[in-house]
Amino acid sequence: MHYKVVVGLEVHVQLQTETKLFTDCTTAFHPDRPNTQTHPLCLGLPGTLPVLNRKAYELAVKAALGLNCTIARFTKWDRKQYFYPDLPKGYQISQYDMPMSSDGWLEIEGDDGAPRRIRILRAHLEEDAGKNLHDESGRGQDSLVDLNRAGTPLLEIVSQPDMHSAVEARRYLETLRLMMVYLDVSDCNMQEGNLRCDANVNLHVTLPDGAIAATPIVEVKNLNSFKNVELAIDHEVRRQLEEFEQTGRKWGDPGVTKATRGFDAHRGVTVSQREKEEAADYRYFPDPDLAPVTITDEELEAIRRSMCELPADRLRRFEAAFEISAYDAGVMIEHSRSLADYFEAVAEGVGDGKQAANWITQHVLREIHERNIGIEAFPIGAPILAALLQRIVDGKLTVKSAREVFDALLQAADADRELSVDDVSRLISEMGLERVEDAGAIEAAIAAVLARPQNAKAIEDLQGGKQQAAGPLIGQVMKEVKGADAKLVRELLLKAVGQA
Amino acid sequence: MSTIEATAGELLARLKSRETTSAELVRLCLSQIDAHDGEIGAFLHLDRDDALRQAEAIDAKRARGESLGVLGGLPVAVKDVVSQRGQPCTCGSRMLQRYIPPYDATIIEKLRAADAVLLGRTNMDEFAMGSSTENSAYRVTRNPWNREHSPGGSSGGSAAAVAARMVPLSIGSDTGGSIRQPASFCGVTGLKPTYGRVSRYGLVAYASSLDQLGPLAQDVSGATRLLQAIAGHDPLDSTSIARPVPDYLSRLEQPLEGVRIGVVEEYQSAAGMDPEVSASLVEALDVYRALGADVRTVSLPHAKYAVATYYIIAPCEASSNLARYDGVHFGHRTEQAGNLLDMYCKTRAEGFGPEVKRRIMIGTYALSAGYYDAYYLQALKVRRLIRQDFDRAFEQVDVIASPVSPTPAFRLGAMADDPLAMYLSDLFTLTANLAGLPGISVPAGISRTGLPIGLQLLAAPLQEEPLLRAARMFEKATEWHTKRPPLVGSSFHFP
Amino acid sequence: MLGEQEIRKVALLARLELTDAEVVAFGSQLSELLDYVAILNEVDTEGVEPMAHAVEQTNVFRDDAPRPPLPREDALANAPKTDGKFFRVPAILDAP
Ligand SMILES: [Mg+2]
Ligand SMILES: [Zn+2]
Repeated sequence: MHYKVVVGLEVHVQLQTETKLFTDCTTAFHPDRPNTQTHPLCLGLPGTLPVLNRKAYELAVKAALGLNCTIARFTKWDRKQYFYPDLPKGYQISQYDMPMSSDGWLEIEGDDGAPRRIRILRAHLEEDAGKNLHDESGRGQDSLVDLNRAGTPLLEIVSQPDMHSAVEARRYLETLRLMMVYLDVSDCNMQEGNLRCDANVNLHVTLPDGAIAATPIVEVKNLNSFKNVELAIDHEVRRQLEEFEQTGRKWGDPGVTKATRGFDAHRGVTVSQREKEEAADYRYFPDPDLAPVTITDEELEAIRRSMCELPADRLRRFEAAFEISAYDAGVMIEHSRSLADYFEAVAEGVGDGKQAANWITQHVLREIHERNIGIEAFPIGAPILAALLQRIVDGKLTVKSAREVFDALLQAADADRELSVDDVSRLISEMGLERVEDAGAIEAAIAAVLARPQNAKAIEDLQGGKQQAAGPLIGQVMKEVKGADAKLVRELLLKAVGQA
Repeated sequence: MSTIEATAGELLARLKSRETTSAELVRLCLSQIDAHDGEIGAFLHLDRDDALRQAEAIDAKRARGESLGVLGGLPVAVKDVVSQRGQPCTCGSRMLQRYIPPYDATIIEKLRAADAVLLGRTNMDEFAMGSSTENSAYRVTRNPWNREHSPGGSSGGSAAAVAARMVPLSIGSDTGGSIRQPASFCGVTGLKPTYGRVSRYGLVAYASSLDQLGPLAQDVSGATRLLQAIAGHDPLDSTSIARPVPDYLSRLEQPLEGVRIGVVEEYQSAAGMDPEVSASLVEALDVYRALGADVRTVSLPHAKYAVATYYIIAPCEASSNLARYDGVHFGHRTEQAGNLLDMYCKTRAEGFGPEVKRRIMIGTYALSAGYYDAYYLQALKVRRLIRQDFDRAFEQVDVIASPVSPTPAFRLGAMADDPLAMYLSDLFTLTANLAGLPGISVPAGISRTGLPIGLQLLAAPLQEEPLLRAARMFEKATEWHTKRPPLVGSSFHFP
Repeated sequence: MLGEQEIRKVALLARLELTDAEVVAFGSQLSELLDYVAILNEVDTEGVEPMAHAVEQTNVFRDDAPRPPLPREDALANAPKTDGKFFRVPAILDAP
């Protein structure tokens, strides 16, 4: 049976603010200390009132601009009403019919490798609920409620159903995550629940007569890792296909409504969730306690100007300006904004993007992975690395020597020394690694090496045209003259034995 | 005049001249309460020891020659709907019987800063829903002028306490007339300020876009002094108005020359008007004319829709505001809990009284899928038309005069079985809440049966100053505010 | 006229357990009120902006600076049931 997968994602991203959306209570993550981070408002106490966190709104605008959304010049707050123990007021403050932004898009790499635009329906601000902990024993014990998280600012980003595979959904999330992290909108830490995803999935099946039938839409809730998003969608595709083959039930048939399923990561399957006793009726209405927000073109422009370059733009610029591969640019940009900043500083310092990219993607990344640190904590700062690479570019240091200096710098740092740019030249001279361009010194060393009796056989082989015989001889010369350029040594050696 | 009968202004003069002390006033209030509140039922809680401590601290400040706030040691009673750290805040509801807030409302902080003595908490209709104070889960408040009659509501306790001279000043809240109507029924002065003039932070919400705290006193000057203490912008309330507070007191005695007073054309034919109430308005207008006022007719073409508009908007907001009382985080929880849904439904059934349930039902229905546009949205649009009527009227007049309620205080129980009749009696007051206007009720007559009748004056938003001056002109020219309910006069002590 | 079913549905939405007598009483009282408020339909509100706030302000913000939280003891003090750390409720079976 031929079918197309149709996926839309609803993503909740926790905004990086110090305080909650509507009260000056900390948003720090402390699941081990339940109910220690509340204010009267977070508890829903009678008489408390919300006041909007300016930073939260500004971060939301930044994110929405990054997602190419239209920012509403007027936006308001609505109450979404339902009873649930993690919702102390009995309503969530959210945005209903006038969200702060809408109609955007995010470009991802499609399954065919070509860029694809996933349309964004809307992105709106809302407050998070608390956390319920359920009795897992199955004995129906009390559930527990922790309100630490209640009131934390979330940006809900709703895509159109534009993704056509589990892989595309994952790529969308990865691209989205990178954007949010880049803009300092969110750390998107999924372990801490700072990025949560619900997936709406169904299939468009082509029937034998050519007509298209849509399977019932299923919302898979609370996917807490990119891998689970992919696994859940894949499973849901298989399950829906099977169900369709058996029942023929279609979206739009009488009695067919959107079903909610969860994902059981252990078994790798989506599972039906208990249906509620009543149809949802959230009775949205404008929150009388909160003033609407307006934004002018000038204010919007100021926020736009304060934004850093978006990851996709940066990638294109790195490719063009530094003549590096899209792959290398991607590795650095996707690692973190600070690593890409580091690259840019080194590349500009050296004036050679390729050299900078090589070193960073190989040596620097390896070191920070091994040390499990961010680039901010890496002891060889961008000016120092730039100074080191400058020596290579200027032909004053061989690549091999540069690696030795690099390692020596790290050793010094590990011995608790604060590094500076001067350490580069100091170490080079201390280690005697200056590249020797003095042909006379090299020629003298060659003469000495060639005079060694044990080399007679090698000289003969070389003169006989056996190029590989040069290796050991070059090695001996280089031992004599530290910092000599191997290429130059080879040249002079071949000349000396009459092979050049 | 005996101390207990004295107005807030007179008491303050005696405090300043050291004729009396704040602690002495507190004792006097407590003994008046002890003598009469068993019968009247104005208070829900008294914190005797703490009130005396507060008073003594203020007396000590005065003795040291420190400057004191505008309330300078005057006792104030607060409606039991305002959050005060460590004090009960029942809102007249079984739901909050054991609830003790961990924080102070802004108005509490302002009262303390003005050197008020917080004497105790007054009775009210449950969650401020009602016009009779009969909807309290705890006790019935009786009208000091006639114990068989209601003191009005929902701030019935605050009005009765001032009328019975148990306290010189009190705080009420007004969502559809809940300060002005009980003030009128009890023969005292009550002001609902402009929406946003007094912070709502810590005021337990009934209908957030209509609720406003305000003062009750024996006279306009007392109400003005208390307003001076509690008004002002509050960054904790997003609906609070960021404008400086005028010095209301300093110009209060200056009459408004040639004040233009509007009489509402559409009210002439209001149904259910008591002839004595109509007559008292006519007399009041004559008083104003004699003072040089220009009395004109103004039109509020949408006023007749105010009750319908209000009884959609207020229950809708209430149904949402009261969702938090679910037995999870604070307040009552049923003992009969089975599963979670059961727990919710039984907790709320046990915790709320009938009027609260009724309004939650109305609001839930009106906001539910398929009805929102027809009820809530339409009501919000009519609300704007009502506001626009007032905007036009206030281009022609400075204040609008009307009755407060179509009748003097009704008998206890008279409205119990007819909620709609009770709602309809709010027609003159709730327009001010819908439009966000300041309004005042001043004593303007006494019926043949011995019950007070009030006069309502409304002004444009933030025009409290001319409103209070207009009210003061009337008060100065009449004696109604000096009339006392019969209970006062025998049993109290002279200092 | 609101029927029993409708009243019960609204009561469930509002999480109110009603007695049979309350269902009957609310049915007629709500119906009476809804009949009365039907007069709002006479008003031509074409082009009229809804007025959700008595004072129509915009852009009321606060700065993103934290104040210390309530001690847990205070946060839980008014709760009907806790274990000293968490609020406790009968087992939650439904998703929100
Ligand atoms: Mg609650
Ligand atoms: Zn959401």
